[in-house]
Amino acid sequence: MSADSEQRTIRCLIAKVGLDGHDRGAHVISRAFRDAGFEVIYSGLHRAPDEIIQATVQEDVDVLGISILSGAHNTLVPKVMAGLEEYGALDDTLVIVGGIIPEEDRPELLDEGVDAIFGPGTPMQETIDFVKENAPERK
Amino acid sequence: MGQAVESDLVERLLDGEHRALARVITKIESQSPGYRDIVSEIHAHTGHASVVGITGSPGAGKSTLVDKLAKYYRDQGETVGVIAVDPSSPYTGGAVLGDRIRMASNVGDMDVFFRSMSARGQLGGLSTATADAVKALDAFGKDRIIIETVGAGQNEVDVVKTADTVVVLVQPGSGDDVQMLKAGILEIGDVFVVNKADMEGASRTVAELQEMIHLRDDPRANLDVGHHGADAFDDAGAHGGHGHGGNDHSHEVDEEPEPEPVWTPQVVETIATTGEGIDTLVETLADHYTYLSESGELEEKARQRAAEEIRQLLRSDVNRLLERELDHRGGIDDFATAVVDKETDPYAVTETVIEPLRECLEDRDD
Repeated sequence: MSADSEQRTIRCLIAKVGLDGHDRGAHVISRAFRDAGFEVIYSGLHRAPDEIIQATVQEDVDVLGISILSGAHNTLVPKVMAGLEEYGALDDTLVIVGGIIPEEDRPELLDEGVDAIFGPGTPMQETIDFVKENAPERK
Repeated sequence: MGQAVESDLVERLLDGEHRALARVITKIESQSPGYRDIVSEIHAHTGHASVVGITGSPGAGKSTLVDKLAKYYRDQGETVGVIAVDPSSPYTGGAVLGDRIRMASNVGDMDVFFRSMSARGQLGGLSTATADAVKALDAFGKDRIIIETVGAGQNEVDVVKTADTVVVLVQPGSGDDVQMLKAGILEIGDVFVVNKADMEGASRTVAELQEMIHLRDDPRANLDVGHHGADAFDDAGAHGGHGHGGNDHSHEVDEEPEPEPVWTPQVVETIATTGEGIDTLVETLADHYTYLSESGELEEKARQRAAEEIRQLLRSDVNRLLERELDHRGGIDDFATAVVDKETDPYAVTETVIEPLRECLEDRDD
């Protein structure tokens, strides 16, 4: 090992966008990620896309996890993706979406650049493994 | 190739690209290859920002206060960088960095650059990483930099000491007056903020802090039990005077003919949630900064910081060398087992491992 021995720590932002008021799922995943050794930044409820973009860019997270239950994913998620693009942060951020996403809406989100969608009942370990395998390298 | 990537990144940071600033801080905190070159390169561009460290127990309202401070500076047209340090799990290394939630007043304003950091289990390395991240924000052109950390242990004290001004946040009713006597974060404050000043017991907390500050002003005043000669005046002065720091013994023919300007820690009351008292706090911070510049302490602090950084880097490099030496000799586990089995002892092991290094350094002629 060289003098600069890298300590790889996966950083995640768990974000609640929009108006839905339930964040138990976001809390549960934040805690599971923490216990998996990740650094988790939790956004809090009722965030606008701009806030999520600001946080993703500034915190330089490897993973952005958007939790959304309100059904507004088709309007909110593309806004976030466009903002990340604008700051040059889209390419090296793994974007995952969790919550209530109807099957027919999924292709469009994936088209927008979302890397994976995890619906209700997904085993926590599956999500953690996905993040570990797909978290982009920081250059 | 690596070198070119780093230089490019520094250039983009100096150009004001937020993504580059974010990436530089990532490299600093993960100590990724080349981060030292980056910090070397930006060093020359630093020295413009004023740095305030804010610490206090969990729930004292640090993040809310930082949010309001940032807002105040932004309203005056200044740019702000915030580094919020949170603890990480000693078991998994994981962390939940939750201070960002409270940055509500600065939503969507990129000119408040807020970054969360965790200790990542680095022994003493956190203060180095924080200091380097401050440099990145400074070189980027931030006017004000705020470091926020939970005042829980030595690590956090070290972090906050990398600031020009240290603010300690105290909650009303956060313990009896014995807490004020204890060594720790209360000793390092330049400014004390009693937040949640609308809570019961706030005025008592203010009074206790003030008493502590006056006792601290001149530790000798409390030691001189018997009054002898001119010192009697000193005692009287220290007890009766407020705000003079009790250090002006100009009548004594001491080494220093000019009385040095003295900073007496101030106590400010705030209600961070409503923003009450923030303007007084900003004024007090400005006063302290003026004092630092005029007394020459600002330069002195910079020198001390540089010395501490050099020491810290040397320590961590030597540590790495020794870790490698340990691995080379079969790893620490075997040594540990041998110690437990009473075949050897920790001192003997240390001596064996460090001997070549000692010889190497002692054998030099110069």
